Amino acid sequence: MHTKTIAELSALLHEGAVGAEELARALLERIQRLDGDLNAFITVTAEEALAQAREADRRLRSGEATPLTGIPIAHKDIFCTRGVRTSCGSRMLEPFVAPYDATVVERLAAAGAVSLGKTNMDEFAMGSSNETSHYGPTRNPWDPERVPGGSSGGSAAAVAARLVPGATGTDTGGSIRQPAALTGITGLKPTYGRVSRWGMVAFASSLDQAGPMARTAEDCALLLEAMAGFDPRDSTCVDRPVPDYRAGLAGEGDLKGLRIGVPREWMEEGLDGAVRACVERALQVYRDLGAEVREVRLPNAHLAVPVYYVLAPAEASSNLARYDGVRYGHRCQDPKDLTDLYKRSRAEGFGPEVKRRIMIGTYVLSAGYYDAYYLKAQQVRRLISQDFRRAFEEVDLLAGPTSPTTAFRLGEKLDDPVTMYLSDIYTIAVNLAGLPGLSHPAGFVNGLPVGLQLVGDHFEEARLLEAAHRFQQATDWHRRIPEGYQ
Amino acid sequence: MNLDRSTVERIAHLARLAVAEEDVPRYVRDLSRILDLVERMNAVDTRDVEPMAHPLDIPQRLRPDEVTEPDRREGLLALAPQAEAGHFLVPKVID
Repeated sequence: MHTKTIAELSALLHEGAVGAEELARALLERIQRLDGDLNAFITVTAEEALAQAREADRRLRSGEATPLTGIPIAHKDIFCTRGVRTSCGSRMLEPFVAPYDATVVERLAAAGAVSLGKTNMDEFAMGSSNETSHYGPTRNPWDPERVPGGSSGGSAAAVAARLVPGATGTDTGGSIRQPAALTGITGLKPTYGRVSRWGMVAFASSLDQAGPMARTAEDCALLLEAMAGFDPRDSTCVDRPVPDYRAGLAGEGDLKGLRIGVPREWMEEGLDGAVRACVERALQVYRDLGAEVREVRLPNAHLAVPVYYVLAPAEASSNLARYDGVRYGHRCQDPKDLTDLYKRSRAEGFGPEVKRRIMIGTYVLSAGYYDAYYLKAQQVRRLISQDFRRAFEEVDLLAGPTSPTTAFRLGEKLDDPVTMYLSDIYTIAVNLAGLPGLSHPAGFVNGLPVGLQLVGDHFEEARLLEAAHRFQQATDWHRRIPEGYQ
Repeated sequence: MNLDRSTVERIAHLARLAVAEEDVPRYVRDLSRILDLVERMNAVDTRDVEPMAHPLDIPQRLRPDEVTEPDRREGLLALAPQAEAGHFLVPKVID
């Protein structure tokens, strides 16, 4: 059961060949047995899951079911889940039990998905390795000495280890795509505004987006259909109909007529040679499917990481100002006065990476520095966005490596924060421009997965999913299972 | 780009973060490195470029000024570290 995709499980559940409760129990048992080593989960919600599964079975029997009814999933611990601890991987929210469900959680529950628990993540979504979590690092199922990527590392590891067939993640600078690449799964960051952020703890409000993580593009399509759509509670959510993401995936097909652009800037120095070779072989698969693959230019690509490390920390410093020890979350003992309450609660509640980013954010927004840093970064953001606009006049999709390397070792990049920041070199610009991006498995280097990133124009998720799906019909990288998790 | 100790202390105060004396040099080092990365932005000319706050360049949606939230005071106060009689408790502010 654990090796089946969401699409396969859905068929079995609807045929009555397997029950939702039976399936949930099997995966909960698997999590209990295997997650000790992996640490993909912060909270497992067994009782709630079984209750949801029994309800799903009732709906399957009475014919009220949807394609996701009875499908076990996990939620990144950044989504509020009513009555269940929602920690964001932080000590600051260790005591926090969410009083409501995030829209994403509500929608997946309404579709009948069964949540098995909350997955581990870099603290407040700030990180690219899942090492900044207060609850300990998550390990990569392909090699326990290596990171699964971050910040949705727990969700990625849980899916790759076949503990759940699908999970939710969030992506602000690459946090769905990069862990998907490092763990050999498929992850999609939708267009900014496609999925509601209500109930999703905010990191950087102009960059954050929720998305699906699963083993296949088809499974991501199923999840996205339930997650996406207008929500009046999120003022940045766009009121635009959700297409049938599975329509373009039917039967066999090719990609004749699809124009794919490979930015030269994404294939240059800094990219590991073996990863480059793997990506080039994957691009040949796209050519064999009938797509035209040509080079394009993104002249301001080298400015994406610097711009992001002004804008994201600035927005984070504002969003994290609410954690003050007063209304919820961690409070220090015996505060002498209000200022001491704030300063010590925050110093104790936040880890070092979060504090670094709050400090940088505060600095770039402070009087005398706002124009030189924050305003400048917003101007360069527009230039970066314009580069994509021009590229999409010539091609339909962009493609390239998701990550410059395969999974690195735990502890390898913790010394200098900037080294870690450069892991997101290909993913960050996509968030700055608000575009949809997907990573799918494209091969292996020394036994470690390599991901290919596809980027589309705004609201072109269907095109991304179709291209990745045709690739997955022609290859089997996405079916490989890590040793010990078969 | 080298930050000095007093700048780090000032930012920490603005951010309401207690920073231990012995941690200040580490912050000076890490923040300076990040600012070196950020300096690369200055290589490009952005005169006459409109700043971009929203990635899709669309304005914030407005809605009618009507109450839509239910009263969840009790449930929300229950989340507080210290609450009493419908209020959040903090150390004395006014002498």
